[in-house]
Amino acid sequence: MPPDVLARLRRAAASETSEVARQELQNIFANIEEAERRQIPICQDTGVMVVYLTVPPDIPFSGRLGDAVAEGVARATGEVPLRPNVVDPIARHNTGTNTGQGMPVVHVLPGDQITVTVLPKGAGSENVSRTAMLLPSQQAEIPRFVAETMLLAGGKPCPPVVLGVGIGSTFDGVAALAKEALLQPIDAMDPFEQMICDVVNSLEIGPMGLGGATTALAVKVKTADCHTASLPVAVNVQCWACRRATEIVEVP
Amino acid sequence: MDLSTPLGDEVLALRAGDRVSLSGTIYTARDEAHRRMHEEGIPFEPKGAAIYHCGPVIQNETIIAAGPTTSARMNACSTFLIDAGVKALIGKGGMGRGVAEQLFGRGVYLAFTGGCAALAASRMQLKGVDFEDLGMAEAVWAIELDHLPLVVGIDSRGGDLFDRVMRRASMRFRTMRHPKPE
Repeated sequence: MPPDVLARLRRAAASETSEVARQELQNIFANIEEAERRQIPICQDTGVMVVYLTVPPDIPFSGRLGDAVAEGVARATGEVPLRPNVVDPIARHNTGTNTGQGMPVVHVLPGDQITVTVLPKGAGSENVSRTAMLLPSQQAEIPRFVAETMLLAGGKPCPPVVLGVGIGSTFDGVAALAKEALLQPIDAMDPFEQMICDVVNSLEIGPMGLGGATTALAVKVKTADCHTASLPVAVNVQCWACRRATEIVEVP
Repeated sequence: MDLSTPLGDEVLALRAGDRVSLSGTIYTARDEAHRRMHEEGIPFEPKGAAIYHCGPVIQNETIIAAGPTTSARMNACSTFLIDAGVKALIGKGGMGRGVAEQLFGRGVYLAFTGGCAALAASRMQLKGVDFEDLGMAEAVWAIELDHLPLVVGIDSRGGDLFDRVMRRASMRFRTMRHPKPE
């Protein structure tokens, strides 16, 4: 668990007055400790792997890069072990390796060095994520759309959640922005993010939907420019187990 | 309150929002296990039993991870268990109105924290298995539980904490004014 997420969970525990909410958060801390002690996954849903690479100019960009990532995911599935979650979308046949057609999802950006960032994404929270094509005049509706996403989700995504919000870009691009927003540290929010977070928390859905002050640990927003006639908005919901890690790869 | 299986009428005194700990034998069951038990019969004594909505990870007869799964998937297939005398359903996320009605005067729904697979496993010991052919996640595992911390989600008088929380959230959402970005 990244330290910024742990810090937010601790803050949530300190602010809860409901005994039920406090017990839920205590269970979460006890679970994180137990998983650490036994070196086992925090949750049985180890997700599907979303991978972000940065590649410097001297490294050839080819299909082999994607193959190497897939090989790593397949190895980790056996060695960690991770639950095999990847299936054919129609036949529902499980590939057994967490790799397959279009899986893992790999995003590549230019950079100064090779970095590999992995976001294992569980289904409970992914399934309640939403995208909307708002009208340009509906800018003030954005916090309400985010709150409505949590109202529809209730306890299903295992709150307290982290909400990645994408604003702008295109229909496909805005969902990618929302997911990239989840890569940002959550120990700080700007005033707009804080305002949306307060609106969501005013619903008092609380840990696991059992009521309480913390429905969202944090809201992170990522924007991109968009068409003058569009206002794409996406909310990517992430459960409390906001797992992510970045490694720098040294080239020999 | 400390509960242990087999459960009796003590569960009827529980109220939604009460915190309890549960010890004793429980049985895991997900979608496939419910279907099989409905067709072929319940392979354990159902009177006073507790069912855990969970697909555990088991390695060398040891429980590695056993977090709760979403209980609502079992909304339509839990009646026969409650009719047979099962006193507690355990899982995450709550269950539908229909289940709350069936539990009326008979049993409770207990919520365990979603994602807490390692914590659950640390309070468990494996005792046996039925319907192992359904696969690891879907088999009925008999598990000895040592003080698992739970919350009463639905009580035997129709009280439903999840429902109460979501009604309040809906009301707050409906009366929400448009917050203005700064």
